Amino acid sequence: MATKASRSAARIMMAPAVVLLLGWMLVPLLMTLWFSFRNYLPLRGGDLGWAGFDNYVRFVSSSAFWPSIQATLVIVGSVLVITLVFGILLALLLDQPMWGQGIVRILVIAPFFVMPTVSALVWKNMFMDPVNGLFAHLWRFFGADPISWLSDASMPSIVMIVSWQWLPFATLILLTAVQSLDGEQLEAAEMDGATKLKRFYFIILPHLGRAITIVILIQTIFLLAIFAEIFVTTGGAFGTRTLSYLIFQRVLESQNIGLGSAGGVYAIILANIVAIFLMRIVGKNLDN
Amino acid sequence: MGRITLDKITKKFGDVEVIPPLDLTINDGEFVVFVGPSGCGKSTLLRLIAGLEDVSGGEIRIDGSDATMVPPAKRGLAMVFQSYALYPHMTVRKNIAFPLRMAGMDPAEQDRRITAAADVLNLTDYLDRRPGQLSGGQRQRVAIGRAIVREPAAFLFDEPLSNLDAALRVGMRLEISELHKRLKTTMIYVTHDQVEAMTMADKIVVLRAGHIEQVGSPLELYRAPRNLFVAGFIGSPKMNLIDGPAAAPYQCKTIGIRPEHIAVSAESGDWKGTVGVSEHLGSDTFFHVKCDDISEPLTVRVGGEVDVHYGDTIWLRPDAAQIHRFDDAGLRIA
Repeated sequence: MATKASRSAARIMMAPAVVLLLGWMLVPLLMTLWFSFRNYLPLRGGDLGWAGFDNYVRFVSSSAFWPSIQATLVIVGSVLVITLVFGILLALLLDQPMWGQGIVRILVIAPFFVMPTVSALVWKNMFMDPVNGLFAHLWRFFGADPISWLSDASMPSIVMIVSWQWLPFATLILLTAVQSLDGEQLEAAEMDGATKLKRFYFIILPHLGRAITIVILIQTIFLLAIFAEIFVTTGGAFGTRTLSYLIFQRVLESQNIGLGSAGGVYAIILANIVAIFLMRIVGKNLDN
Repeated sequence: MGRITLDKITKKFGDVEVIPPLDLTINDGEFVVFVGPSGCGKSTLLRLIAGLEDVSGGEIRIDGSDATMVPPAKRGLAMVFQSYALYPHMTVRKNIAFPLRMAGMDPAEQDRRITAAADVLNLTDYLDRRPGQLSGGQRQRVAIGRAIVREPAAFLFDEPLSNLDAALRVGMRLEISELHKRLKTTMIYVTHDQVEAMTMADKIVVLRAGHIEQVGSPLELYRAPRNLFVAGFIGSPKMNLIDGPAAAPYQCKTIGIRPEHIAVSAESGDWKGTVGVSEHLGSDTFFHVKCDDISEPLTVRVGGEVDVHYGDTIWLRPDAAQIHRFDDAGLRIA
């Protein structure tokens, strides 16, 4: 029962949390904005005063800028497609009654609990190493020349590693959605003459719409900021430099905080453009 | 055409035999009701006919041809589910069109059939809504509409009214009966409610633990229940089943007498008893009477309103012509 008194009490009690969260967000944002207009070179004299829009112009006109946007979008898009397609297939598979279901489900979820740095290192050293990696052994077993994954096929390698990490998340969300589908609907469709494929397309897929939306939104948020996997594998080389990695390089490797902050502001803009598109395309799924 | 024959069909789930060998013939145009308590196998039997479950043995014939291994979609049967099983993301029109679309029917013919079905079921104003925006009764009608447009050999109903409230249930009961009279298509209807069975059926099949206890028209079952189970199941309120000394004069183990076949008197009768709780329905009054030499309280129906109170002593006289006699095995003695 929300009386007037309890509503205002609720507001007062929520206030500290709201103020804290707002401050947590606003302070870094405002600092980034501030630095982006400064000539700030920590190892070369510190804060050298007002820079106007110089940092913004320099960041965009750098030859690394557009490739980094492209790399970011390619990684986000490919991982989304791979995790959704395989996530739906795995969810349908795991929904079938089978022996050892509980254990299999835990195993499927497991990769999600491995830290990004660790899993990227495991992939780099155990699987993709061109001399000692499992893939190299596999290739040699079939008489082929091992691929140096991270240099010759750097983008597919990163996409593979990140997809492996995020597939469990997609599978888990989609599995719960598959399980919530009313079995009688499928039986009704079967009686109505829908083949297995048509039942999937007309009944299961629309039912999964909301779960797919959630997977896309959450994964996009995290994938735009992907960093550790690139840091420990290619270090941004071989065309795998994403926007967030470029910012990192500007700030820490070039020691130019002003330039990096300008890049940060671009990253915020990019994230918002992606968010608007996403909400347009998939957001309406959340309404009904 | 919709003549369905079950020939010694059985169903096992693992080692548990849910349906022992069972024979049944359902004639074209008949309204058959499977009735029985929960877990008696009536829904399983319906699903076997639909093809949603595979039989473990025996043969199902539809219009004379073997349909045992035919997939559900090819049997020409339409089913209405307990949960309605409407497709929530489609409009009413698309729901009803779904089976036609799956069959690849020409859109003009689809439209014609949908319009006709919507007309019959009073759904014309709701065709562009989604199932979520409809009431229970309307959803039920959409489910029936989706079945009608296929023009099936037979309709299968799986407890279609159990999710509706009491008033709506009576209304839908009438509508389904009406529909059967108009379409003259075979209908198989599963319910645990014997009132639905009595009011709608041409033929009732009473099931217990997968066995058919009796098959017959509602009045046959009412007049001549074959055994104690059917006697106790058909009729509302239940038939009074009396063991012991009161049954002795009739040379049998148990006698059964329906509440409506007992006359009440303040002065004289066969059994003397004390009135317990009475239920006044206006048109009828039901008394629960505790008689001296009968262990269970008897239910008695008296027409209209009667001035009898808790604790009064009354006399009961069963109508001798309406007494059912059962032997030691619980079977009816003719």
